[in-house]
Amino acid sequence: MTRPETVPAPRRKRRGVVQTIAAAPHALWCVLFILAPMAFVVYYAFTDADGAFTIYNINEVFSASYLRILERSILYALVATAICLVLAYPLAYAITKMKARHQPQIIMLLMLPMWINLLIRTYSLKILLETNGVINHALAWVHLGPVHFLNSNFAIILGMVYNYLPYMVLPIYSVLVKIDRRLIEAAQDLGCNSRQVLGRVTFPLSLSGVISGITMVFVPSISTFFISKSLSDGRVKLIGDVIETEISMHNVAAYNIGSALSFVLMVLILVSLFVTNKFGEKDGGVIV
Amino acid sequence: MSQKLIELKGVSKSFDGEQVLNNIHLYIRDKEFITLLGPSGCGKTTTLRLIGGFETPDEGEIFFEGRPMTDLPPYKRPVNTVFQRYALFPHLNVFDNIAFALKLRHVPKEEIDEQVHEMLRLVSLRGFGDKNVATLSGGQQQRVAIARALINRPRVLLLDEPLGALDLKLRKDMQNELKNIQRQTGITFVYVTHDQEEALSMSDTIVVMEGGRIQQIGTPTDIYNEPENAFVADFIGESNIIDGVMKEDLKVNFDGRDFVCLDRGFGENEPVDVVIRPEDVDVVEPERGMLRGIATSVTFKGVHWEIIVDINNFKWMIQTTDYVSPGQEIGLYIEPDAIHIMKKSEFSGMFGDYSSFSDELDELSDPDTPQAEAESDDQT
Ligand SMILES: Nc1ncnc2c1ncn2[C@@H]1O[C@H](COP(=O)(O)OP(=O)(O)OP(=O)(O)O)[C@@H](O)[C@H]1O
Ligand SMILES: [Mg+2]
Repeated sequence: MTRPETVPAPRRKRRGVVQTIAAAPHALWCVLFILAPMAFVVYYAFTDADGAFTIYNINEVFSASYLRILERSILYALVATAICLVLAYPLAYAITKMKARHQPQIIMLLMLPMWINLLIRTYSLKILLETNGVINHALAWVHLGPVHFLNSNFAIILGMVYNYLPYMVLPIYSVLVKIDRRLIEAAQDLGCNSRQVLGRVTFPLSLSGVISGITMVFVPSISTFFISKSLSDGRVKLIGDVIETEISMHNVAAYNIGSALSFVLMVLILVSLFVTNKFGEKDGGVIV
Repeated sequence: MSQKLIELKGVSKSFDGEQVLNNIHLYIRDKEFITLLGPSGCGKTTTLRLIGGFETPDEGEIFFEGRPMTDLPPYKRPVNTVFQRYALFPHLNVFDNIAFALKLRHVPKEEIDEQVHEMLRLVSLRGFGDKNVATLSGGQQQRVAIARALINRPRVLLLDEPLGALDLKLRKDMQNELKNIQRQTGITFVYVTHDQEEALSMSDTIVVMEGGRIQQIGTPTDIYNEPENAFVADFIGESNIIDGVMKEDLKVNFDGRDFVCLDRGFGENEPVDVVIRPEDVDVVEPERGMLRGIATSVTFKGVHWEIIVDINNFKWMIQTTDYVSPGQEIGLYIEPDAIHIMKKSEFSGMFGDYSSFSDELDELSDPDTPQAEAESDDQT
């Protein structure tokens, strides 16, 4: 009886050392590539060209011209996220209803485009949408068009939805597929038809997936610069585009403005994450 | 009481080519407490799922009050289920789990409140309404599951081993509680268990199942006193099952001598299985006994002694209130009404001999010896 007590003690200690060593690269990574850049952003956002503290940059962000761009970015990201959700939920749900051995294959197909660089994907989309692109050729065949898809809200939203849809499908699918079948049966047993099962059990139980999906689409959508730039030939500017231009101007004042914009965007994202998560916590209340 | 509420006619079901239910014929009367009893894997849950609508039979039909309901989806059946592993909704608290069916039907809020509190009282969980179901103990979860199914006032309640997770004391209390609820509400209970004692004490009717077939249907006393084959005799209580030959009506021969019995209607010299319950045998002086043997083991069981007696190399189990010392020769006296005769069946010769019994006990009594060895092996 006494022996087993003495055995785990040194083992536990050793595991502590091993854990620390194993965690070290990760910690270093976090400091170098996450914390340090953020600290720089904050530093530049609150200093002027001479390095003195100022809130001029932040004030500037809230001037009319930047504010309009910020609003537009939020709107685009919200619309893209909403469309992704509406498309992804039924898709993820349908996949869980398929034969178990087909499901990984479908998920694989869904992820396949993610192996191609976002720039290339967006560029391909642009080629498809061009006035003398494939789609307009097809339309001409049935005596329609040509339609000017590009440089429109439609094109940018399409670009976002096309690029980020898998980020919405995957988390929803992985939560849905784990829902205990017996809970569904219990709901049916208590009188739910299939629509009610979805509204009262399946959807509330998949809320955590919906929330991480929303996060994973909203965050890159609100900060993108390439999608808007390439699908509107630089005519529609989103907050990401502005930050990119300011930062790459090699001009210290613009650099400070760019940092201030990034800072505000960061705060915005954090607040929206916080709100979404709060919403997720009281999940019982959601009924479709 | 005598009306057929649910009827299964010739129901069969296979999973992956393996036959799980084989030609089940069964009817359930209104307001009765019927129990499906059988060892693990015999098809009890599958039978319940067929009635609940979660499986469809490969063959046969299921009727509710004479109307076929085989193709009715679960939510249209006047049946509610207490699932084997509760299946409580994790996103709802205790109150909302129980209120689920009522909210579905848009019952007014005051009425829901009233009925849920009534249910909470019924299952002794007053004040638990706000609790998260994940924080409840197994027994509490089970009671929430019962309340959730009962609040719908179904015509039939299906219960799949609802007391499986409870300790003995709580289980006895809940058995009484369930029986009371059943009497008060007049709801037909279809109860699944593999605990024969539970089945005997609670049921109006017991259905004994094995290997996807019904072995016997009857009242608890029928099943206990007149088992139809060796499986039933062995599964319900303890039984000595001896090879015998029916000489003529009221006369059976086993262990080399004739016995008077109460059974008739067998063929002349028909081989039969003879069942004698351990408590029905009287232990007497060897010279007064109809059979003699040596007591090979004697175990104290509280109310009685359990004796294993070797008679012609067949080990009998006897329960007696008189102490017998191991190794002692004893006589057995068997009254005619202690003898029950069964037709030979596929189960003949498989049960009812206690030769392996004492060995099993030995292994059970010191289970830690081999483990302790294994542990010390690990450390060296
Ligand atoms: N969905 C299924 N797919 C494949 N096999 C199944 C399925 N459901 C049940 N079975 C098989 O059918 C047999 C009977 O199962 P069932 O659950 O009805 O047994 P049971 O009598 O309820 O047993 P227990 O007392 O262990 O709950 C088992 O061999 C089981 O493996
Ligand atoms: Mg079962």
